[in-house]
Amino acid sequence: MKEYTVSPSPHIRAGTTTSRIMLHVIIATVPAMIASAVFFGRRALMLIAFCALSAMLWERLIRFVMKRPDSTDDLSAMVTGILLAFNLPATLPVWMAAIGTFVAIVVVKQMFGGLGQNFANPAIVGRIVLMLSFTSHMTHWVLPDNVDAVTSATPLVTEDKFSYLDLFLGHCGGCLGETSKLALLIGAGYLAAMRVITLHAPLAFVGTVYLFSAAVGQDPIYQMLSGGLILGAFFMATDYVTTPVTNKGRVVFGIGCGIITCVIRFWCNAPEGVSYSILLMNIVTPYIDMFTRKKAVGGIYQKDKKEASE
Amino acid sequence: MRLNGIRLPHHKNTENCETVDIKCPERVIISMSQHIGAPAEPTVKVGDEVKVGTKIGDADLRMTCPIHSSVSGRVDKLGEMLLPNGKVCRTVEIVSDGKMEPDEGLSPPVITDRASLAAAVRASGCCGMGGAGFPTHVKLDYDEEKVHIDTLIINAAECEPYITSDYRELMENHERVIGGMKLVREILGIERVVIGIEENKPKAIALFRDKLSGESGFEVMKLRSSYPQGAEKVIAYYATGRIVEEGRIISDYGMIVLNASTTGLIWDYSRTGMPFVSRRVTVDGDAVGKPCNLRAPIGTQISRLLEAAETDTENMKRLIAGGPMMGISLYDPGLPLLKTNNAFLAFKSEAKKEMQTNCIKCGRCIAACPLGLMPAEFERAYDRRDREALNRLKINLCMNCGSCSYVCPAKRPLAEKNQLAKGFAISR
Ligand code: SF4
Ligand code: SF4
Repeated sequence: MKEYTVSPSPHIRAGTTTSRIMLHVIIATVPAMIASAVFFGRRALMLIAFCALSAMLWERLIRFVMKRPDSTDDLSAMVTGILLAFNLPATLPVWMAAIGTFVAIVVVKQMFGGLGQNFANPAIVGRIVLMLSFTSHMTHWVLPDNVDAVTSATPLVTEDKFSYLDLFLGHCGGCLGETSKLALLIGAGYLAAMRVITLHAPLAFVGTVYLFSAAVGQDPIYQMLSGGLILGAFFMATDYVTTPVTNKGRVVFGIGCGIITCVIRFWCNAPEGVSYSILLMNIVTPYIDMFTRKKAVGGIYQKDKKEASE
Repeated sequence: MRLNGIRLPHHKNTENCETVDIKCPERVIISMSQHIGAPAEPTVKVGDEVKVGTKIGDADLRMTCPIHSSVSGRVDKLGEMLLPNGKVCRTVEIVSDGKMEPDEGLSPPVITDRASLAAAVRASGCCGMGGAGFPTHVKLDYDEEKVHIDTLIINAAECEPYITSDYRELMENHERVIGGMKLVREILGIERVVIGIEENKPKAIALFRDKLSGESGFEVMKLRSSYPQGAEKVIAYYATGRIVEEGRIISDYGMIVLNASTTGLIWDYSRTGMPFVSRRVTVDGDAVGKPCNLRAPIGTQISRLLEAAETDTENMKRLIAGGPMMGISLYDPGLPLLKTNNAFLAFKSEAKKEMQTNCIKCGRCIAACPLGLMPAEFERAYDRRDREALNRLKINLCMNCGSCSYVCPAKRPLAEKNQLAKGFAISR
């Protein structure tokens, strides 16, 4: 008798896989890559490529050392590398970038068990560590078009204001991937259209910054378009692993990020609060998840029971 | 409120295939366990002559219904069979004389009230024909003093891909289905009858709207094509807006849900007295040369059905009883047709080995679950054997619809683990 393979149901699966999702994210970063090349030249592209490759190399190495199967084919390390590069100034020496990817992949991601297990966004922590270790290099902003000549401050610290249009297109100082809001939004639109991300967290994040800035008398549009807000909101605050799983939780996450960003920007004497706000909210994500847990349809909960009996 | 669900490819390749009777098999193997509930015991001995409709198995248990011979002939063997769930059950094997003579003792039942309806339904051997196979008489066995059933819901959603056997019942035998609806309504004094049909079956919707137009108390409910609209709690919710709370059953809320083919069967039995001895089954899948709907005696070996549908058994790698979402994969095409089998799907490909990664916490499973459960958390809680968390997360409500597994990009075996977790949560 010929016997057939038995497997548990369901016998069909959707086509979406982890690596395909990562591929979508990579595609979504392409417009911003192009923008970085336009504004900061070949060096920006080189740094992005270097970060992507070194992140994958670290991942392969550490998995080998830890005697675990290689996991670079899920492409998540590449995404981390690219996003970290977006958070670096185009002039950063590559060996520093390599430290950044090491921290992101080895310390933040793999030490906690690999994909899905890390509590903090690897790229964000990579950036923060570099920021603290090499502050001057990390704030060595160059103005687009004059990469070699002028050192400039980012829109958040400089006295002379940029026009909204310059900010939107990316004609301003800053990290290589964060300056062109237009390019980032094109990518984000792609992710939303492909249903890779939901817009709950990013809209809550940006909206909160807008309202908060307006409330304390800052220019809300300027705040929205400056620094790494758009990059952080659409590409970091939407990272599945380190943000809440329900849409309700994602809104809470976004609002929290927005408030912390504004507090840091306006009162902490630090120009850029986006990274720290996301990191802090990453840390409280398990608690947000706990409080925004869905109620089962038809579920009876202890609390309801008590209320009912009262 | 809208319950969640998922979009699936429909693959309703056989929707226009008229039901074809298969040639009478020489032998049928009738399982004494046709549906959930306790198995029946054979009531015949080897050598007994039986006719179509002769009772061959029964048990005096609430969740059991009688089993009848599906052919005329002689009992050849009382055997045993391994069920897909690993349990062994008894079988009655009958060699057919090819005449298909009906039992002379059969006569239409007298149905006057709820009790006689329930008794007749039990005597017909009727169980849910859409999958799980809940014995139908149990649904009619409620306390009239305490509950009043005000809504009868006819489930014709047929939300699983491929399967069209209920659809063919609607199209070919609408008068049977409508007859059954009217009978149950009248006997139980039900105010409202709703037949729920998914929007991917516009012809059936139009047909029933037409046939029921002018009748008050009957409604045709068009359901969104989303899986699992045909789950009992889901269709009941859409028909009435009532949510069945854990630990309670649908009739507590004044509702009865019957599958469309089951409704037709009840009508048939009430007219002719011929019990549940044959059924329509969809045969499809990429290994099937001629996808079709077949009517076959209960107990016909699946291999016969596959043959009738010109299946490439040489290259067939997988055989599924039921739909691709909740169906059970079978190891042996020699197994017999059960009352609950609405489809057999034969595929040339092995189950795909897809790249499994850690859960990436994307939340897709949570957004997919029709009951608002959190499958990703079930998995984590089960992996650390946290009984309390599983209960808090309401693992008991999971109906194993498979939506969570379907959508998971990390290809976690969520539905499978849910089953294990469910067992674990109630153990000890
Ligand atoms: S199998 Fe259970 S947990 Fe998964 S979607 Fe269905 S009901 Fe929800
Ligand atoms: S769908 Fe899969 S990867 Fe996404 S949260 Fe659920 S279990 Fe995790």
